[in-house]
Amino acid sequence: MSLWDHHLILLPILLPMVMASAMLLFDERRRRLKSIISLTAMAAILLVALALLHESMTGAADGGDTARVYRLGGWNAPFGIVLVADRLSAMMVALTSVLGAGVLAFALARWDRAGPRFHALFLFLIMGVNGAFLTGDLFNLFVFFEIMLAASYGLALHGSGEARIRAGLTYIAINLTASLLFLIGVSLLYGVTGTLNMAEFALKVRTIAPDDRGLLHVGAAILGTAFLIKCAAWPLGFWLAPTYTAASAPSAAAFAILSKVGVYVVLRLSLLAFGDDAGASAHFGQSWLLVMGLATLAFGTLGLIASRDLSRAGAYAVMVSSGTILAVAGVGDKAVLGGALFYLIGSTLACGAMFLLAEVLQRGVDSGAQRERAVFDDEYRDPFDDDERNEPGLVIPAAVAALGGAFLICTLMIAGLPPLSGFIGKLAMLDALARSLAPASIAVIVGLSLSSLGGLIGLTRLGVGALWARDEDAPELVVGAAELAGMGGLLAACVLLALFGGAGLGFAEHTAEWLGRPDAYIRAVLGATP
Amino acid sequence: MTEFVLAAAIGVLSAAGTWLLLRPRTFQVIMGLSLLSYAVNLFIFSMGRLRSGTPPITAKGAERPELYADPTPQALVLTAIVISFALTALFLVVLLASRGATGSDHVDGREPAE
Repeated sequence: MSLWDHHLILLPILLPMVMASAMLLFDERRRRLKSIISLTAMAAILLVALALLHESMTGAADGGDTARVYRLGGWNAPFGIVLVADRLSAMMVALTSVLGAGVLAFALARWDRAGPRFHALFLFLIMGVNGAFLTGDLFNLFVFFEIMLAASYGLALHGSGEARIRAGLTYIAINLTASLLFLIGVSLLYGVTGTLNMAEFALKVRTIAPDDRGLLHVGAAILGTAFLIKCAAWPLGFWLAPTYTAASAPSAAAFAILSKVGVYVVLRLSLLAFGDDAGASAHFGQSWLLVMGLATLAFGTLGLIASRDLSRAGAYAVMVSSGTILAVAGVGDKAVLGGALFYLIGSTLACGAMFLLAEVLQRGVDSGAQRERAVFDDEYRDPFDDDERNEPGLVIPAAVAALGGAFLICTLMIAGLPPLSGFIGKLAMLDALARSLAPASIAVIVGLSLSSLGGLIGLTRLGVGALWARDEDAPELVVGAAELAGMGGLLAACVLLALFGGAGLGFAEHTAEWLGRPDAYIRAVLGATP
Repeated sequence: MTEFVLAAAIGVLSAAGTWLLLRPRTFQVIMGLSLLSYAVNLFIFSMGRLRSGTPPITAKGAERPELYADPTPQALVLTAIVISFALTALFLVVLLASRGATGSDHVDGREPAE
């Protein structure tokens, strides 16, 4: 056990990769086999993430926090590539696997038949996301980013149709450009500091020559821009709403974690390299994060109110969630960050569930997407226009009650109302912000409160339209058992977060504290020499 | 002189790439992305400092960094080339699908109103 235990950190990356590659050998008729493989992989990753999380909380010699470091190929840190699992990474991997399992269960009802190789693409997406969370090397981060994006291009187009292709074209062009910015930023940072290892980079930032500092800041800003495009921060995020609205429901729900990858990297690098110890570079870009976060929050809230269908509202809810965390990162207060991390978990799950719910509620309602006739009818047709595929399996009675309940939970989570965990996270943030009452804190308090109000108004209006005041010619609501299980799983996780809110919030606050002391991370990666 | 030529090449490539990227036709966009990725590849390469006639791999017993070129950016460029090549190919497929589905090569999927 102890021999293999050492390699545990590889599993969240290797497992989906091996499973997805193996799946390519079977043809599309082996759906049951593929479903079982992908669900097993997600469950295994969740267990591994929990084990890593447990170790990151108790693994140090004195029983405190630590970061597990894995040296790939046995090369020591600044020269070789390392994987690092600390509290934040393990938390994000666990969140990914919970979201992934819920989305997969939902997709098993019918969406995985809408196009080829859904399961393989989905697992590659998970592999890229997990890799981005676990890597401790800037260029390796780029590689995992690209794996994640390549899989997401396939998933964005899953189910085909003109609307998806048009949105996918923009999405791919924007992300390719962002990747180029990423490369420019990484190579500039390498040119200035001579390292790609995040921990060593953080050390080099402290002692860099004053002449080079300008170039370092340029590199960091360009790199940050690439991640802010991924977070959909205003004004870099106009691509998000059309893409997520057009994407099939399971893809959009899985994409809820993609913008969090951008958020994660921004948090990780700004706290690691540009924290209190960074000398003249301390808190570099923090005011930008604050301003862009607040602008994203405002834009997302307005978009949510203006949305006329639920999946678009879900896309704007993703932006609201990114904006909240970026604004909080801009305030730079550890206590506030703790609340934000707790909020991140709940809001990601709720946004994912919202996309799934939106698809069920809007099923059969003509959204205008298919109105224009496709040129190649056989190639780009609505995958569900024949009856045999349209059957979502075992149908749950009282669908309206179940969907109404699910919608209620989603709304409470996204708007951040009691008694669910969205409220606990928001309250923790507001409480910590109210303690300092600096102008920045007041701006964030106002932003958070207004976004809650806007979210509540927008989602209530859409919910009334979708559940109570349905068009007479809209088809009756049906929901498959697998679909309900997927959504229910995500929402149950939200409810559990509220039930164990004290422990969860304590964990998040502890994580924020750990992130505020980057020396422990750096020491773990670089060994004894700090 | 080498520095000037390289800087000018990167500048011209990225300027042309950016201009093409902002054009309304999908083919122009993909050409723009290709030119930009060439510019970025050259840029990464230049971040390892410009040395000519120096090998990137040390020999045993002669581990003196000043004799050798920095191998890391060369490895990075190789990775970046492969990835951008693959993704450009993927983008090309989406471009063709968009042309087939919308009947237009405009990035919006429809011709602008005259």
